[in-house]
Amino acid sequence: MSGIERVIQTIGETVAVGAQHGGGHVATVEHGPTWMALAPFLPIVGVVICLICALVPRLRTSKLPAWGTVASLAVAFGLILATWLTLDGRTLNVHAWEWINLSWGDGPGRALIANFAFHIDSLTVLWMLFVTGLGALIALYAVEYMERDVGLGYCRFFAGFSLFVLSMSCLVMANNLLLMYLGWEGVGFCSYLLIGYFYKKPSAVAAAKKAFIVNRIGDLGLALGIMLIFVQFGTLEYGELFANERLLHYKDLALAGDFAQIPFNIQLIALLLMVGAFGKSAQFPLYVWLPDAMEGPTPVSALIHAATMVTAGVFLIARMFPIFLVSEYALPTVAWIGTITALLAATIGMAQFDIKRIMAYSTVSQLGYMFAGLGVLTSVGAAFHVFTHAFFKATLFLCCGAVMHGFAGQLDLRKVSGLRSQKGWMIVTLAMLIACLNLSGFPLTGGFFSKDMILAEAFVTPGFRVIGWILLLTAGLTAYYTFRVFFRVFVGPVDFEPGDEHHGEPDSFHPHPPGWAVNTVLAILGVGSLLVAGVYFVGGEQGWVGSMIHDSSAHYQADGTHGGTLFGQDPHTIMYYVSAAIGLAGITIAWWLHYAGRTESATCRADRLAFTRSRVARWARDKWYVDEFYDFLFRRPLWLLGQVFYFFDRWLVDGLVNVFGILPRLTGWAVRPSQSGLLHGYALGTIGGTAVLLLIVWLVT
Amino acid sequence: MTSLLAQSALPAAMGSGVLAHYLFVSVVMFAIGVIGFLTRRTLIIMFLCTELMFQAAGIALVAFSRYHLNMDGQTFVIFVLTVAAAEAAMALALVVLLFRRSESLDAEGWSEMRG
Repeated sequence: MSGIERVIQTIGETVAVGAQHGGGHVATVEHGPTWMALAPFLPIVGVVICLICALVPRLRTSKLPAWGTVASLAVAFGLILATWLTLDGRTLNVHAWEWINLSWGDGPGRALIANFAFHIDSLTVLWMLFVTGLGALIALYAVEYMERDVGLGYCRFFAGFSLFVLSMSCLVMANNLLLMYLGWEGVGFCSYLLIGYFYKKPSAVAAAKKAFIVNRIGDLGLALGIMLIFVQFGTLEYGELFANERLLHYKDLALAGDFAQIPFNIQLIALLLMVGAFGKSAQFPLYVWLPDAMEGPTPVSALIHAATMVTAGVFLIARMFPIFLVSEYALPTVAWIGTITALLAATIGMAQFDIKRIMAYSTVSQLGYMFAGLGVLTSVGAAFHVFTHAFFKATLFLCCGAVMHGFAGQLDLRKVSGLRSQKGWMIVTLAMLIACLNLSGFPLTGGFFSKDMILAEAFVTPGFRVIGWILLLTAGLTAYYTFRVFFRVFVGPVDFEPGDEHHGEPDSFHPHPPGWAVNTVLAILGVGSLLVAGVYFVGGEQGWVGSMIHDSSAHYQADGTHGGTLFGQDPHTIMYYVSAAIGLAGITIAWWLHYAGRTESATCRADRLAFTRSRVARWARDKWYVDEFYDFLFRRPLWLLGQVFYFFDRWLVDGLVNVFGILPRLTGWAVRPSQSGLLHGYALGTIGGTAVLLLIVWLVT
Repeated sequence: MTSLLAQSALPAAMGSGVLAHYLFVSVVMFAIGVIGFLTRRTLIIMFLCTELMFQAAGIALVAFSRYHLNMDGQTFVIFVLTVAAAEAAMALALVVLLFRRSESLDAEGWSEMRG
């Protein structure tokens, strides 16, 4: 069924579809029902409830902020579900209110229009489903996780949480780039607020600032890209942009491989947008903020820094796919940067001991996969990986959070062992196992299918075979470091010591297993991670996600790239076996090194390897000194420049001003003795002066 | 106006030799005043010297007025005399006050305005 037929059939009414431009299609945008616009605004209810609770002392000690947030997000999720069920492959535009409307003449490019309006297509709905769904679940988890902070901190946390979902909805649902940018900055700000939640802890404050500043670099690129889009195409609305005649013409040229005829400024747009995506989605070289962002409370790490916000970059590229297609170097750059990030983060993750940090590097690495997927033109694979990753990475983080909560802040995998055998930790262990299997690409899990889709496309897309090999290697490393955590912390002999938050004798410490809210959420997410594999088998050739992408702007299907062969076989089929073998090998090595024969938490067979003590392993543990390198390359020179300017200002500018200040004082000091205070002195002065004056007058005349 | 007055109501113009006599007196009086002001230290004498300078100027004014047959100068002298009377009252009062403060009439005893 071609794209045209499908759209006509699903909409069931006349749809003006242009000539099919190189596999993509342009559907007209219809007006959608107003209730759909409610979903992004529902989190405001949560914010208001939190504010009221913060202001009313009697409510301050209640858990009302948390339940208000959970309820508003759950209703938003319900609305998104309803939207999905009624969407039917259409592209809808829902206008909320007018925001910016400037015009300086008639004709295209002479008006800047950006409204609070929402572009609702299947890509939007796909993202919103896990943003609101996971948001509600993680808020429920946080009800229990944050209960030690009940009071103003609790209100602050949930207000930030709701505000984040509001911004993220704005980012995902916006129908124009300016509103998207508002959401983009909003999520960055909320991320800053929530990373710095423990604002009395210097490392948390530093991490919050780092995240904000590193994101500024990316946001500059995004802002420039948006401006260039407006200059080039005269519109910021997605619907008008994707239907733009020039863009469609360039797309035809691009698909014919004729990039030379596409103006440089058009090709530049994608490269600028890409910088924004790299910043928000923590790609090399801007990934350094994400591991530090783990200073925030664990629910924040799970929702913002693993499942939703960091996928905004992937969303941007998927949404702007037509723009990226007309740029010759943008998508290959995306692919390579993604691949480098995936490998780099995986190697760092292998050497860390802090389980939350391992998960953070794993997030960076998996985001690298998604970018590589976009780069090798499988937007479906990237979106599918985003979807599965959202589930299992949230689960992984929440499990780590449960461990951290139960063991007084202990996150070192050398100090906790054998959770499985302790009372009350069964659900956590099972959820963790499912999520780890997903992450390591164990056969028949969601992560397995989504990763394979990217890997197979990397191998069959011309020119990207090397990327395929690197990603395959990374898949093995991922399996290793994932199960390193599992085998060290969750199974093996029971042996633990408490973290920093335990005050008192170490012997008096008893870990407390998670309560009902945490267990419920972990159970739901565990089952969800297990079931997410199922979406691959429903709804068409490339699964449910494939059908969702097919109806959106991210759809891409060019002749010749898909359906290639690998070793004379269907690439997806052969990749099932290859990547399953690689994943199992990684798990086996982790089992051999970190589980087999281990009798206590601190030591294992891996410690006896010469490699563990080698210089390379130490470099990986020290994160390849990337932070130190940035410090040397940017922070030091900037600091020096600041010092130069400081002294310039202090001595030259201030000096000049001070000279003018000193001059009158010096003059006063010089002429002061003439004021003797004696009457005769003044008289002599007056008479002498008059005499001199008269003398001059006499001489002159 | 002034020429009319000169023709009808005033005597004949005075010669420049006569003017010189008046001016000589004026200059001598002024010089005595200046020298006295600069050399004497008693406040009352200094005050008297200022009066001398004042009146020297008055004589010069009257003399020039008569010489030019312009009555403005003489009118001005009437004002100067009035002001001088008022000023004399003020100055003497100040001198009395200053004397009460320092039990002395020495001008050098006062130097509060030294910079």
